[in-house]
Amino acid sequence: MSERRQYDTEQLAQLARQVCEHAQGSEQIEVCVSTGRSTTVRAYNGDVESLRSGHSAAIGVRVISHGRQGFASAGSLDADVVADTLAAARSNVEFGEPDPHQALAEPDDVAPPGLDLSDPAVLSVPDADKIAAAIDLERRCLSADPRISGVRVAAWSDGWSQSALASSTGICVQSEHGSCSVGAQPLATDGDETQIGYAGDAAWRPDELDIDRVVTESTSQATGQLGATKPPSERVTVVLAPPVAAAFIGVVASVLAADSVLKGRSPFADRVGEQIADERLHLVDDPTDPTTLGAANFDGEGLAARRNELISAGVLSGFLHNAYTARRSDTVSTGSAVRGTRSVPGVGTHAPVVATGNVAADKLYASVGDGVLVRGVSGLHSGVNPTSGDFSVGAWGHWIAGGQLAGPFREATIASTLQRMLLGICGIGATAEPLAGGMSMPPLVIADVALSGV
Amino acid sequence: MTGTSDTTAAAATAAEPLVDLDVVDATLRAALDAGGEWAELFAEDRESASVVFDEGRVEEMNSGRDRGVGIRVTAGEVTGYAHTSDLSAHGLADAARTAAAVATRQSRGGTVDMAPLGRVALAEPRVAVLPASIGAERKVALLRAADDAARSTHEAITQVTARYGESRRRILVANTHGVCAADDQVRTLFSVGCVASGDGGLQTGRETAGYTVGWELFDDHDPAELAERAAQRAVTKLAARPAPSGEVPVVIARGGGGVLFHEACGHGLEADLVRKGASVFAGRVGSQVAASGVTLVDDGTMGPEWGALAIDDEGHPAQRNELISDGVLTDYMWDWLRSRDEGRVPSGNGRRQSYTHLPMVRMTNTFVTNGDVDPADIIADTPWGVYVAHLGGGQVNTATGDFVFGMTESYLIEDGVITEPLREGNLIGNGPQVLLDIDALGNDFAMGSPGTCGKDGQGVPVGDGQPTLRVRALTVGGTAS
Repeated sequence: MSERRQYDTEQLAQLARQVCEHAQGSEQIEVCVSTGRSTTVRAYNGDVESLRSGHSAAIGVRVISHGRQGFASAGSLDADVVADTLAAARSNVEFGEPDPHQALAEPDDVAPPGLDLSDPAVLSVPDADKIAAAIDLERRCLSADPRISGVRVAAWSDGWSQSALASSTGICVQSEHGSCSVGAQPLATDGDETQIGYAGDAAWRPDELDIDRVVTESTSQATGQLGATKPPSERVTVVLAPPVAAAFIGVVASVLAADSVLKGRSPFADRVGEQIADERLHLVDDPTDPTTLGAANFDGEGLAARRNELISAGVLSGFLHNAYTARRSDTVSTGSAVRGTRSVPGVGTHAPVVATGNVAADKLYASVGDGVLVRGVSGLHSGVNPTSGDFSVGAWGHWIAGGQLAGPFREATIASTLQRMLLGICGIGATAEPLAGGMSMPPLVIADVALSGV
Repeated sequence: MTGTSDTTAAAATAAEPLVDLDVVDATLRAALDAGGEWAELFAEDRESASVVFDEGRVEEMNSGRDRGVGIRVTAGEVTGYAHTSDLSAHGLADAARTAAAVATRQSRGGTVDMAPLGRVALAEPRVAVLPASIGAERKVALLRAADDAARSTHEAITQVTARYGESRRRILVANTHGVCAADDQVRTLFSVGCVASGDGGLQTGRETAGYTVGWELFDDHDPAELAERAAQRAVTKLAARPAPSGEVPVVIARGGGGVLFHEACGHGLEADLVRKGASVFAGRVGSQVAASGVTLVDDGTMGPEWGALAIDDEGHPAQRNELISDGVLTDYMWDWLRSRDEGRVPSGNGRRQSYTHLPMVRMTNTFVTNGDVDPADIIADTPWGVYVAHLGGGQVNTATGDFVFGMTESYLIEDGVITEPLREGNLIGNGPQVLLDIDALGNDFAMGSPGTCGKDGQGVPVGDGQPTLRVRALTVGGTAS
């Protein structure tokens, strides 16, 4: 086994191109290669609990021949492993079945946004500072409120990755970037009752991390839930707090991916141009904003990342496409291929953004009158069926009574369908609140949702 | 569909240590020399392959290979961990020094003795036919048969996705206390998902068979039968009415709801969460935490279930651990780190997703044992409620015990009879309360579908199971009044 070799992005691109040059006849080859390093520090009881670090390398090879696709990947860039991976991808092609639309992306002359995302700031942080950051995060959570009894997790993570993608159709792109994140799970205790909170942030640079928000949000979640009770079952107006609104919008965006639509698994198939949401809703996917971690110059097939409008004034504008779904739909890719080095490109969003509405922050609860503020949800993976649109998730948060925020509730669910919830939007906050990763989201107000409790 | 035995070949391949033992020894010594008080080397070689059959044709055929080592070093309460895919002696020594660097914060200094490694304790092979020895055309044929069967079940079936997956994970674990063990873990899985289209929109149905076996999986599981059941599930749900909203008596079919216990109390019995006060079950050993008659077991030895293993990812033999006996909490689950602090032996629950991850306390196969009630009587004795034939995934807040899980197939019970199908929704409950609210326990135990348990960003394969049982009241997150 050879020792680990250091690559720069140009060398990675060269390696990817070299593999692509093995394409024979009408065979197409796409190669994605990457290297990375990462560190995670967890603090506990005022000292390091663990420090984990490591290097990684990966290659993914996609071969398409006569409309048949094979893919193979490996966790090494050693020459023998690269050769084996190409051979395995070719072998996998043999058992694929022809699909006339199956082919690699072709250069489309759309210019990438030209973002400089390779800020090296994270590389210059010594381990001692990462340790200090995690320990300080734990200390700040503990001192935020006398009811904070412990911190299950106080963590710092960072990483630096370099990657290149080349194809025999003439695509060759490369990127490198770093990022860092923090997260805290404080515990609040009152008598026999314990509640847990969570908040985190992620950014391109350490000085962009909003530690204050993480401390405030995570500890207020924990303390705010003390004394929470199970609500009665009734139909209510719900305010989705920005993190919950982001999760909801993420589900909506996933069913606007063309692969779901083409396979008859999206409730919004055949509805382009129709009103699928309240007219207050404007949703775009915008990877061109460099301040978010969703920013990118290229998609997972090496095409330019671009801003795509999904819902405008409640009307479905279109679906997201990669090269395959575009070809099959007789349209062009929207630059929405998403992938890891070790998986074939799918279709998805990079950075979904909801336009702010006109409900002022200080009028938000008054605009509702009576209802609930949902601060957190659980079971999104088990309670949302993106094919049927059925939506039912665990929920916790606060009552809204007489236009004022009131006491906490827990052990409840909110349920509806994605279709009804989109049409039931009756207010959007005028202020987008910051979320992890530079994203932001206004609160969403949705009428007539089933709240289940006692 | 029995193939020829490939056991000998499997044993021969597994017998070669992933890392030469002299290199392992030198690596561990390097970690101690750098200030560590205890060190461990975890080596992993994972091969996987999958085929996705969608829209009536092979859509994807993928394969993957991963090899790497993680070095863990502790001193006092501090753990350092470094992982690398560079398996050379130099690369491993480098990783050992990196892992040890942080641990020296609490090192007491002085020389630490290292127990001799001896020879590798190799687990007995448990697979008859390695899936990788089977040609891809046979795998494709099974997928096609499943697709055909699903589509011919009912004209409402509009989409079918069938997946085949195989993985082989060979591990070697050695530490400075003399543990030196290896395992060869093979898993094979087949699943079918169907979409049915009707006047009320789209509905889905899924069936999965996955075990820690090789190609012999298909001796006992016919892909066509799985497909028919998945298709029927989707078609049945076309007529589903909205589920109720609020607290309802819930009967859970055998094998269909082990995830209830995985979420309701399994995570809360993991010693790492207990130690940090993040479990509602902390300090409750010896207390009545469930209705009498309820016995909860976590059993890593339960082959060929999805969570079975010969050794955990810290090199300790898998065990059968009784956690709740007749309603009384008897013990938690332990990994090495947490058991060290308590001066006890680990329970074989130290697991990790891959060599890039630190191990922590994880479940294996978690289940409730049989009661003595005829399951038909449980339904007949329920005037009104919900019958859950199959639960999907779930999630728990271990600090409060509040958990949710999805009902992927459920029906109304009216006057003691199962009647109309219900649309999907989540159930929500509180773990400690639900354990006490079990008021009927059937005598028809069965394990359920294979699952992947996520915790702190790591996913590991787990199994769960239970007999038919009734919970006096759970909140059903439907939309009907």
